[in-house]
Amino acid sequence: MKDLVSIKELSRRDIEEILNTTKAFKEVLGRDIKKVPTLRGKTAINLFFEPSTRTRTSFELAEKRLSLDVLNFSVSTSSVVKGETLYDTLKTIESYSVDYVIIRHFASGAAEFIANHTPASVINAGDGTNEHPTQALLDAFSILEVKGKLDNLKIAIVGDVIHSRVARSNLYLLSKFDTEIRFIGPSTLLPTEIPENVKFFYDLKEGLKNVDVVMLLRIQLERQKGAFIPSLKEYFHVWGVKKEAFRYLKQDAIIMHPGPMNRGVEISTEVADSPRSIILRQVTNGIATRMAVIYLLTPKE
Amino acid sequence: MLIKIYNAYIIDPFTGKNGIADLIIDNGIIKTLVFKEKDIPHSDRSIKKTKSKEKANSIEIDATGLYIFPGLIDMHTHLREPGYEYKETIRTGTLAAIRGGFSSICCMANTFPVNDTPEVTYYILAKAKEEGSCDVYPVGAITKGLKGQELSEMVILKEAGCVAFSDDGMPVMNSLIMRRALEYSKVIGAPIISHCENMLLSEDGVMNEGKISFYLGLKGIPKASEEVMVARDIILSKHFKAPLHIAHISSKGSIDLIKRAKEEGVPVTAETCPHYFTLTENAVSGYNTNAKVNPPLKTEEDREAIKEALKSGVIDAIATDHAPHHIDEKKVPFQEAVNGISGLETAFSLSLKLVHAGVLTIAELIEKFTVNPAKILNIYKSGIKEGMDADLIVVDIKREWTVDKEKFISQGKNTPFNGWQLKGKILMAFKGKQVFDMRNE
Repeated sequence: MKDLVSIKELSRRDIEEILNTTKAFKEVLGRDIKKVPTLRGKTAINLFFEPSTRTRTSFELAEKRLSLDVLNFSVSTSSVVKGETLYDTLKTIESYSVDYVIIRHFASGAAEFIANHTPASVINAGDGTNEHPTQALLDAFSILEVKGKLDNLKIAIVGDVIHSRVARSNLYLLSKFDTEIRFIGPSTLLPTEIPENVKFFYDLKEGLKNVDVVMLLRIQLERQKGAFIPSLKEYFHVWGVKKEAFRYLKQDAIIMHPGPMNRGVEISTEVADSPRSIILRQVTNGIATRMAVIYLLTPKE
Repeated sequence: MLIKIYNAYIIDPFTGKNGIADLIIDNGIIKTLVFKEKDIPHSDRSIKKTKSKEKANSIEIDATGLYIFPGLIDMHTHLREPGYEYKETIRTGTLAAIRGGFSSICCMANTFPVNDTPEVTYYILAKAKEEGSCDVYPVGAITKGLKGQELSEMVILKEAGCVAFSDDGMPVMNSLIMRRALEYSKVIGAPIISHCENMLLSEDGVMNEGKISFYLGLKGIPKASEEVMVARDIILSKHFKAPLHIAHISSKGSIDLIKRAKEEGVPVTAETCPHYFTLTENAVSGYNTNAKVNPPLKTEEDREAIKEALKSGVIDAIATDHAPHHIDEKKVPFQEAVNGISGLETAFSLSLKLVHAGVLTIAELIEKFTVNPAKILNIYKSGIKEGMDADLIVVDIKREWTVDKEKFISQGKNTPFNGWQLKGKILMAFKGKQVFDMRNE
């Protein structure tokens, strides 16, 4: 495989291969010397058109652990502000002979656009409201670690589904396994046409009943142009996952969040810091997952 | 130049005369037109090569199995000149029109400067006369600068040569201004052409809202965005008894509204474009920017409703909404790409699919491309008549050809139909003394 642009195009078997490889890299990261010489002499560029700290650092660390030479190209320091097109930016970068392009872009489809125009391996680090495949993979790996399986699970995705690339990638990934997927949130933040295999709930309590995994989504204030919800206070009141959820959640239900989280909006501090939360485990697993993805891709000669 | 055409099947909704005829065009004027026995069945066979004898100053064409129609009228074209000559010019746009069978086109006002002053109208008409290959009918802006605030000087614009008024692409959001425009247009006798879209509902959407937009992670435009404005404009047209023409209908809901309005006697007419009865939102898959168009492509349900409305007459005309763009403007991520399809050179062949599929008869289709737009626009066309200027096309409705955007005369290569196999080709066009021969393409 040359690129990882979207989860949609992966088979269940592809996903399992990535998760197995992730496991191997996680072992490496547990050692004293965490670096492997696998990709020495190759170059990766982190091409970020949207502000990001955690995804970018996670990728950068993954690249360095694989002994890649790393370039960082972010929008504030680039000529994009001078009106350069994405195509020209890409061609410029290509002249540096890079092998891996990790792209985050505010436009849906930007990663596919890049992948279609370069021989380098392209990894989508989030494109608009389309996909964030490595997030879904690290989420799957984290669920697998804790639950020991990806089949026969009920998973609730709560919140701003319509603006969320994380929700989409998770939906596509989990749909390839034997799972029940639920969307919970206000109708203004759910798609107008809910995918066939998804159940949706406006009521948090009802939606969380019998669920094994709760995935919270960040309320994306920067994408909220229209009036989707009256206020963050009201959102927290109705859909924020708070301590009382522990009363009706299954005993072994786990809480996930792709970060950065807004305490007091989609999640309360008690829940975020509870033993049921695997949020920090997700962050840790991000590095091994990204190492696995880079390792498994083959740039065109 | 003397042109003799034998045995063509003529369909002319202007004169109402249909049948096999011989035709002689002398120096751009139809000298004789002789219909033969009405009952000879038309063979309808595809001609590999039209037989023609060419002498120094005359051409003889055996048109057995071919059709002759009056030159088609496109009510909705973007010629881009003045201001955006890098997208299209009056020269290339009118040539593309001829290649597509159109001998008359209405060019929208969203040029730079906007066609909201007589100077711009004169400029367009002068350029068209000098460099154009077909008749150009400018559409003036409803409001100054397409800003939706102040009415442009419509009487002066009409006198300068504008045949209709539209803020196409920049819908008049203010209902009071739209009311005034409709009322005032009655004075002028030129219709208001409304691009029905509620910009607030569209927000920054880039495709039809639904399953596919969610799947692609693209921001959707709800069908309601078009339909609420169709409803609003129909209500205004009804209350103020002013003719209203609705541009590029794309949704079933709009059709239902127009159907009801027509039944009630509201003076409303409507057009659609080939892409709305040919494609659905699926064409956007893979972030195909050439399928990005406004209003956005809709669903199968809408496509079927449009075909039905063409059949029943709820939709009066087919227009191209020819919107040529530079390649750089489409070679970007989907949400950054401009809207529009370069449509002049494929519109008629795409529409012939409706005839081949039995949705419309050939005569019904030709009405939607000729007499109906002429009526809506109040423009006079003589049709194919002795003593009048030649304004006609010769068509082989069975000839198959492959769309190749690189062969477009239009500067806009932005088509979602590149590589499509189409049936029905314009072989020749006669426009006054001009003869365009496309038989060997």
